Amino acid sequence: MRGRGHETVKVAAEIAVPIAIVVVWELWARSADSQFWPPPSKIVQEFNDLWVFEQFRSDVVPSLMRILLGFGIGSAVGVAIGVPLGMSLWARKFAMPQIEYWRAMPPPALLPISVLLLHSIGNLQKVSFIAFFCIFPVLLNTIDGIRGLDPTLVDTARAYGIPAHERIRRIVLPAAFPQISAGMRISLSLAVIIMVVAEYFSSTSGVGYVLLISKNTFQLGPMWAAIVLIGVIGYVLNLAYLLAERRMLAWHRGWRAATPQ
Amino acid sequence: MLEIRDVAKSYGSGSKVTHALRSISFSIAERELVCVVGPSGCGKTTLLKCIAGLLRPTRGEVLLHGEPVTAPPEEMAVVFQEYNRSLMPWSTVRNNVLLPLRHKKLSKDERTRLVEEALEAVGLTRFIDHYPWQLSGGMQQRVAIARALAYQPSILLMDEPFASVDAQTRGDLEDLVLRVRDEFGITILFVTHDIDESVYLSDRIVVLTHAPTVVKEVVRVELPSPRDQIATKELPEFATQRAYVYRLIKHDTTAPAPSTLVGEGLHD
Repeated sequence: MRGRGHETVKVAAEIAVPIAIVVVWELWARSADSQFWPPPSKIVQEFNDLWVFEQFRSDVVPSLMRILLGFGIGSAVGVAIGVPLGMSLWARKFAMPQIEYWRAMPPPALLPISVLLLHSIGNLQKVSFIAFFCIFPVLLNTIDGIRGLDPTLVDTARAYGIPAHERIRRIVLPAAFPQISAGMRISLSLAVIIMVVAEYFSSTSGVGYVLLISKNTFQLGPMWAAIVLIGVIGYVLNLAYLLAERRMLAWHRGWRAATPQ
Repeated sequence: MLEIRDVAKSYGSGSKVTHALRSISFSIAERELVCVVGPSGCGKTTLLKCIAGLLRPTRGEVLLHGEPVTAPPEEMAVVFQEYNRSLMPWSTVRNNVLLPLRHKKLSKDERTRLVEEALEAVGLTRFIDHYPWQLSGGMQQRVAIARALAYQPSILLMDEPFASVDAQTRGDLEDLVLRVRDEFGITILFVTHDIDESVYLSDRIVVLTHAPTVVKEVVRVELPSPRDQIATKELPEFATQRAYVYRLIKHDTTAPAPSTLVGEGLHD
């Protein structure tokens, strides 16, 4: 009983804080009457007018597609490069300085190059730009995960003559997957950030584009609505990923609980 | 069927060289169960890995049916000590046992049959769809044994397989090993540090010295078959054999002879 009461208090606290912030903001914004800080009730109104569902198809869907495609392609490339690098010391020696250099590059610095190289500010440029930066967290975590592979498992695979492709598919990748997945979560939130950056600087559609246009035309209601939507996208994507990961890595939780670490 | 000929293994080179195995020679006949015992740190696991083709010896060779072993042979299966690390926690018991069969040229029905038969032989049919970490330590090691049996080896190498299970489970697993040896007609090389276990299981015991290791003596165990945890261990012969092997090892432990003298005239 006591434990349950405790839970209720915890959930209440979680909900109470954001509600309190919104209420204080609302009261303050109404009394201040500043055009830069519209009250939340007005932002919600704008949010409804803009996104439900006026510009949903023209701006929200493109942004989501870019995030998901960029994230998907970047993750796949990260794993594909990470597997051979994780398995070969020599490959790592050659590749690591390159990886460290490009990974340290702030995304906006590469934006001009990406536009010039692809002669475009369209979807191809957006998706490839997002994908490029999504590679690194997945790549580095894949390498680490594979290097941490248990030697007993490696010996087992060798003793039973398991061919390389089966070894990678059934032993190496599943064993590294908890770490790969942690990298993918970082990449997913990175994809949202880079989507905004790319759309803000060079685009003709998308949530980031709406943010830029409404700011430039002093339409602060839509601007705030765009900011709120970006937050919601980031939050919901992360939540969805966590739920998917919980399912995919159910074995990992069970195994960790059963094995003294 | 298996011959270990003058196998030596050293690590490092120059002045920093460590001789783990100095010279090991012995052989195992078809359907024989041979235990390798020795003081801790004498390189039992190194020797097993050389025999399994997982480690290349510095000198000497391992012959299986007269053919030198350079890579893990197809008719050899290995059960490692660390069952919780040699089984895949992301796969069910069924898929763990199935893993080494996937690349063999077998029909789907054949694979399923082998997996189910192997799990039945170790008494785990009920747990086929469980994950290994849902099972006790002894049961996990049964899964590892089932995986080895499903692979249909003619020779099974076991590296201290029961070192981390409790005494009662250990007795059951020892009897399981003796039973599958008869049922499946396989040859077994069993590495252990437990002298009782080696006497109880073996047809012959290979006793090793301290590192740099040589074979101190090969002891033939004269105990009636089938063995029984109570009746066999009650026999005066069991006590005699046990004491004999114990002295061989203990003598070596308390007074390590100068390495230049050890073994030369003694080894088999």
